[in-house]
Amino acid sequence: MTRLLEARGLDVLLGDYQVLWEARCAVAAGEIVALLGPNGAGKSTLMNSLSGLLRPRAGDVLFDGHAITGLPAHRRVSQGISHVLERRRLFPYLTVRQNVWLGAYAREARADRETQYQKMIELFPIISARANQLAHTLSGGEQQMVALARGLMSRPRLLMIDEPFLGLAPLIVEQLVEVIRRVNQDGVTILFIEQNVERALSIASRGYILESGRTILDGPSSELLHSAEVRRIFLGG
Amino acid sequence: MGFVYALIAAGLSLIFGLMEIVNFAHGEFLMVAMYVAFFAWALLKLDPLVSLPLAALLLGTLGFTVYHGIIRRVLDGPMLAQIFATFGLAVLLRSAAQFLFGVDFRTVSQPLLAGRVALGPVFIGVPQLAASVAALAAFVGLFLFLSRSETGLALQATAQDRHAAALMGIDTQRMFALGWAIGSACVGVAGGLLAMFFYIFPDVGTPFALLAYVTVALGGFGNVPATLAGGVLVGLVEAFGGLYLTPALKYSAVFALYLGVVLWRPQGLFGRF
Repeated sequence: MTRLLEARGLDVLLGDYQVLWEARCAVAAGEIVALLGPNGAGKSTLMNSLSGLLRPRAGDVLFDGHAITGLPAHRRVSQGISHVLERRRLFPYLTVRQNVWLGAYAREARADRETQYQKMIELFPIISARANQLAHTLSGGEQQMVALARGLMSRPRLLMIDEPFLGLAPLIVEQLVEVIRRVNQDGVTILFIEQNVERALSIASRGYILESGRTILDGPSSELLHSAEVRRIFLGG
Repeated sequence: MGFVYALIAAGLSLIFGLMEIVNFAHGEFLMVAMYVAFFAWALLKLDPLVSLPLAALLLGTLGFTVYHGIIRRVLDGPMLAQIFATFGLAVLLRSAAQFLFGVDFRTVSQPLLAGRVALGPVFIGVPQLAASVAALAAFVGLFLFLSRSETGLALQATAQDRHAAALMGIDTQRMFALGWAIGSACVGVAGGLLAMFFYIFPDVGTPFALLAYVTVALGGFGNVPATLAGGVLVGLVEAFGGLYLTPALKYSAVFALYLGVVLWRPQGLFGRF
């Protein structure tokens, strides 16, 4: 297994409060991996450390074999890492088109901007239907589609998505799962956060489980689904 | 005058929108720009209109330097530190101007443009008219830059969500520095234009800064196009207040309007917050 992304022994503090304790995870090229855990376990903090929004106090982040631990977020984009934040976080007062377009702001991505934009329209037709609408006027599902398109504009090798299905109708969730699978088949490695264990493990081939800031369990989805430990954490049994 | 107010306020609004920091030295930046225009005229025989690019460039550099030298260090600090940082800078600039240039009123005499023209029943000084046109042009330029160019979009994105912007590959530190440079260059242009017909002295920035805060608050914080509306409104109220009340009370009219708007719509006429 060639590892595209690997994080080892991450200690991360938010202010004076330590959120992650020697957290780890690894993603191989081509995989879909889920990051699971109860509220406050540190899933988003881990993902933010992987994309460079947070700087760990200790530990390493490796991408494609190179240490990127100290690299600021805006330079990790050029390396091929894309991160779609929780609650989509579109630029509310820019249009849909401008939002998606900014996804390819990095110099390396600009040459292919137009073709990539056309691909995104194909993947999410609402982008062309709502191109000139301000992003904050869209529904939650539409915003998530625009956020995914924006994240894909830089032609990432790794797409990280924080809670892609949060607050969305079942029908939209199905659509998004379909899109995520398609993107993965096109060669993009995917790491995502999800609260719903069964849903997450039906999409991912492997999962990592965080509890109180520590990576306590990982393995193939089929194993995790039947693990007594997982049942204890999520059902409190 | 409304357009000049709008331009001063646009610089303030741009910086605030970008990083929620109010530049309390904004008026002093204007004062510096006016002295730049004055000395360009006194020493180099350049009319303020000609030295306008110089004033913009020098003020832009000042803004850039202030960002890297001061603001960056207090960005993650408590709000009080941010207020004191720019407030202290204001005191420093004003005192330095008093020390270096004295407290005398100076004027640019024999400007390139002089006299007045009649627009219908209203007489307007030619320098004032030129200043309005130039300020409006600078404002439109700023607006087009922000809404059309790649860098302008990146600035807007940074203002709206700096973390999401960083994840687009935007160097937000660079955008902050650029915002300070552009915001200060706006004041540079405004100061150069005002130098054509206004006294120049170390405290000259204070009333203009006060009007700029009113303008920004009227239009809505962080919304650059709205400051144009705010500036025009302030300019008109000032002019008509002076005409129908007495000239001494013209600013009272402006501040009364401001109080009214803030009570009725705290977020400003076109505000988002």
